[in-house]
Amino acid sequence: MNIWEKLSKIDRRIIYLLLALVVIIPIVFKIPSTVAVSGPARMAFDAVDNLPPGTPIIFSTDFDPASMPELRPMMTAMLRHAFKKRLKVIMMGHWPTGIPLSTLILEEAAKEFEVEYGVDYVNIGYRPGAGAVMIQMGREIRNVFNVDIEGTPLDSLPMMKTIHNYSDIGLVACYEAGAMGDIWVQYAWGRFGVKIVMATTAVVTPECYPYLGAHQIEGLIGGMAGAAAYEKLVEHPDKAMIRMSSQAWAHILIIVFIIIGNIGYFMMRRMEKTKTKGA
Amino acid sequence: MKAQTKEKIESEASNVATAKSFSQWFHKGRINILVLIILFGSFFFIYVRMAKGKKLFIRKIAGLDAVEEAVGRSTEMGKPVLYCPGIGYLSDIATIASLTILGKVAKKTAEYETRIIMPNYDPLVMSAAQEIVKQSYTEGGRPDSFNEKDIFYLTQDQFGFAAGVDGIIMREKPGAIFFQGVFFAESLILAETGHSVGAIQIAGTDRVTQLPFFIASCDYTLIGEEMFAASSYLSRDPIMMGSIKGEDASKLTIVILIIVGAILGILGGLNIGPFGNWFYNFTNWFTRG
Amino acid sequence: MKRQIPLLLTFLTGVAIIISFFIPHKPFNQVQDTLLDWFIIISGFALLLGIYSLLRKHIIHIQKKDAGWGYSLILNSFFVGVFIVGIISAVQFKGMSLTPGSSLYYVYDYMVIPLSATMFSLLAFFIASAAYRAFRARKLNATLLLIAAVVVMLGRVPIVDNAFFKFLGQFSDWFMLIPQMAAKRGILIGIALGSFAMSLRIILGIERTYLQ
Repeated sequence: MNIWEKLSKIDRRIIYLLLALVVIIPIVFKIPSTVAVSGPARMAFDAVDNLPPGTPIIFSTDFDPASMPELRPMMTAMLRHAFKKRLKVIMMGHWPTGIPLSTLILEEAAKEFEVEYGVDYVNIGYRPGAGAVMIQMGREIRNVFNVDIEGTPLDSLPMMKTIHNYSDIGLVACYEAGAMGDIWVQYAWGRFGVKIVMATTAVVTPECYPYLGAHQIEGLIGGMAGAAAYEKLVEHPDKAMIRMSSQAWAHILIIVFIIIGNIGYFMMRRMEKTKTKGA
Repeated sequence: MKAQTKEKIESEASNVATAKSFSQWFHKGRINILVLIILFGSFFFIYVRMAKGKKLFIRKIAGLDAVEEAVGRSTEMGKPVLYCPGIGYLSDIATIASLTILGKVAKKTAEYETRIIMPNYDPLVMSAAQEIVKQSYTEGGRPDSFNEKDIFYLTQDQFGFAAGVDGIIMREKPGAIFFQGVFFAESLILAETGHSVGAIQIAGTDRVTQLPFFIASCDYTLIGEEMFAASSYLSRDPIMMGSIKGEDASKLTIVILIIVGAILGILGGLNIGPFGNWFYNFTNWFTRG
Repeated sequence: MKRQIPLLLTFLTGVAIIISFFIPHKPFNQVQDTLLDWFIIISGFALLLGIYSLLRKHIIHIQKKDAGWGYSLILNSFFVGVFIVGIISAVQFKGMSLTPGSSLYYVYDYMVIPLSATMFSLLAFFIASAAYRAFRARKLNATLLLIAAVVVMLGRVPIVDNAFFKFLGQFSDWFMLIPQMAAKRGILIGIALGSFAMSLRIILGIERTYLQ
C-alpha cells in the first residue's frame, strides 16, 4: 500500500484515538475557546429578557438522559436567566424519563437564587398524551395537571392561583431531543398563539429552522454552541463554554482528516490515470 | 348589567350580554384543508382509474433495485440478512411502509433460503412482522424455513435498542442490512456498525434529520417518499402506480402555488398595486384554523 | 372474511377520524381521543407480549447453552432484578417510583443515565469516521456538500474571534436559514404527499401487505 492509499484509508481506530485526545485535553487543561452568539440564540435570549418580572414561563422537558450533555447546560442557563428576571417558572415534560433530570436541574438552579417553591417556581411533572395535554392546557391547566409532582393540589400553590391556561403564560421554552417541538408548534402556537422558544440538540436544530423562518417560534438554541452562547449572554460561564473548546478542536480534527482523505483520493486517481495512459 | 359593592354602591351599566356557546357542526376554519383533501384525493382517484390496463412510467429507484442484489450477496456469503424497522410504532406511516418492504424482502430471503433476523422496538410491530414474514415464506413455498424466534422484541429504550442491534450486527455479521422506518439519533450508530462488518446497507426513513447520516454510511438510501412508493415500485401493480402519479400531480399543484405565492410576495414587497393585499390573503388562506 | 373484516375496520376507522377532524360537535370530537386511548391500552398489553418474546428467547439460549448464553443469563437476571426494585419503589413512594431517593431512581441515576450517555457519545466518533469516508470530492455535488459542511462547521464553532470567522458564522446562519431550509421543505412536502397517498391506499384497502 503506497502513502496515498494509506492516507485515503486511515484505520478508523486512529481517528477515534485522536478524537478522544482532542476532546479530553481541553476539558482537563481548561483550554478557553471563543464563543459566537448566533442570531437564533440571541432571539431566544431576547424573548426571555423582554418578559416583565412576574410573568409565568413554562419549561418543557422533552428529552432523556442521552441528550443531557447538550440540553442540561441550556436549561440551567435559561433557568438562571428566568430566576434573575423574577419570572415564575413552571417545569413540566412530555418524556417521562426526563422528569427526574429536570427536577434535579430545577432544584440546583433554584438553590443559587432566593426563590421559594410554590411562590417562584413549581414542578408539575409529566402526563401522557402529548398533543392532548397541550390542547387541554390551552383550556385549563388543571384539566391535566391538578396536582404537582409531589401530589400537592395546584390551587394550594400561591403562584398557580392566577395561572389557568396559555393566555396567562408569557413563553414556553421547550427542550427537544425528538419531535415534540413540532407538536408544540402545531397545537400550542397553532391553536392558542402562545410564544415558543426551542432549545434542541444539534441533530434536531435544522428541523426547527422552518419554524424560525415562518416566525412560529421566537428563538432557537441549537446544540452545545447554542448552550455556550446562552451562557455567554446570561454572563454565567459554565459547562457548555468549557466543552466548546473540545467541540472546536474536534471540528478542526475532522476537517483535517477530510482534507487528508481527499488528498489521498486525488493522488490515487492521478496515479491511476497516469498508469492507464502509460499502458 | 351592574356591579354592587358591600356598601351597596352601584357601578355604571356595562355592555355585557349573556351568551351561550355550542359546538359547530362544521369547523369553518378548516375549510382550506377540506378543499386540499378533495383536490389531492381527486388526483389520486383520477390517476388510479387511468392506470387500469396501462403501463405507467416510474423513475428508477436504485435502493429498491438493489434489494435482490443485497439478498443474493448475503446468500452467496452464507450470511443472514438483518432487517431493522427503526424505533417507530405501528401508528407511524413510515413503520407501515417498512412492513410493506419487509414483505418483499422476506419473499426474496424465502426464495434464496437465507435467514432473516429482525429485532424490534415495538411489540405490536413485532407481531405484525411475524405474520408478514410467515406469509411471505408460505407464498415463497418455504413455510418450514420460517423461524419465529428470528423476529423478536428487543427493548423500547432508544439507545438500548441501538446497543442491542449493534451487538447482533457484530456477532451475526450479516451480508445485507435494511434500515427502513423511523430513526432518530441512533441511526449513525447502527449504520456505521453495519459498515464496519462490510454489509451492503439499504436505508430508508422519513426523518429528514437522519437522511444525511444514512447517505454518508449506507450504500443506498430511500429518501422520504421513495420509501412510501416502495410497495408500488416493487409490485408494479397498476392501481398502486396510479396513486404515485396522483401524488406527482399534487406535487405539481403545490409547485404552482409556491411560484404564484413567490411572485405575489415579491410584487407585494415592492408595493406594486394590490399585490400586497393579494399575497396576504393568499398566505392567510393556508393558515389552519 | 379473514381479510374483509380488518379491511372494513380500517376503512371505517380512517373515515371516522377524517370526519371528526372537521366536525367539532359531539360525539365526533371525541372519536380521535377515544381511539387513541384504546391504542394506548392495546399497546400496554402488547408490551407483555414483547417481554414474553424477549425472555423466552433468552431462556432458550440458556437452556441450550448456545454461544453467548452467559449474556442471556445477565439480561434475564437484570430484568427480574430491576422489575423487583421498581415494584418496591412504587409501593414505597405510592406509585411515583422514580422519585429521587427511591431504589429505582438509584438504578436510573447510576446505570440508565451513564449507559444512555455512553451510547449517545459514540455518535461523535462515528460522525468523524463517516465524514472522513463520505466527504470525498468525487463529483460536483459531492464537492459542494464538502464545502458546505466545512463552512458550517467552522461557522458554528469559531476557533478565533476575528472578522473571517464572524463572516463564516453569519454565512452559516444564512445558509441554515435559507438554502438548507428550502431543500428540507421540498423533501418534507414530498414526505407529506407520500404519507397522504400511502394513508389513502391503506384506508381504501389497496395497500394490504401490512395486513398479512
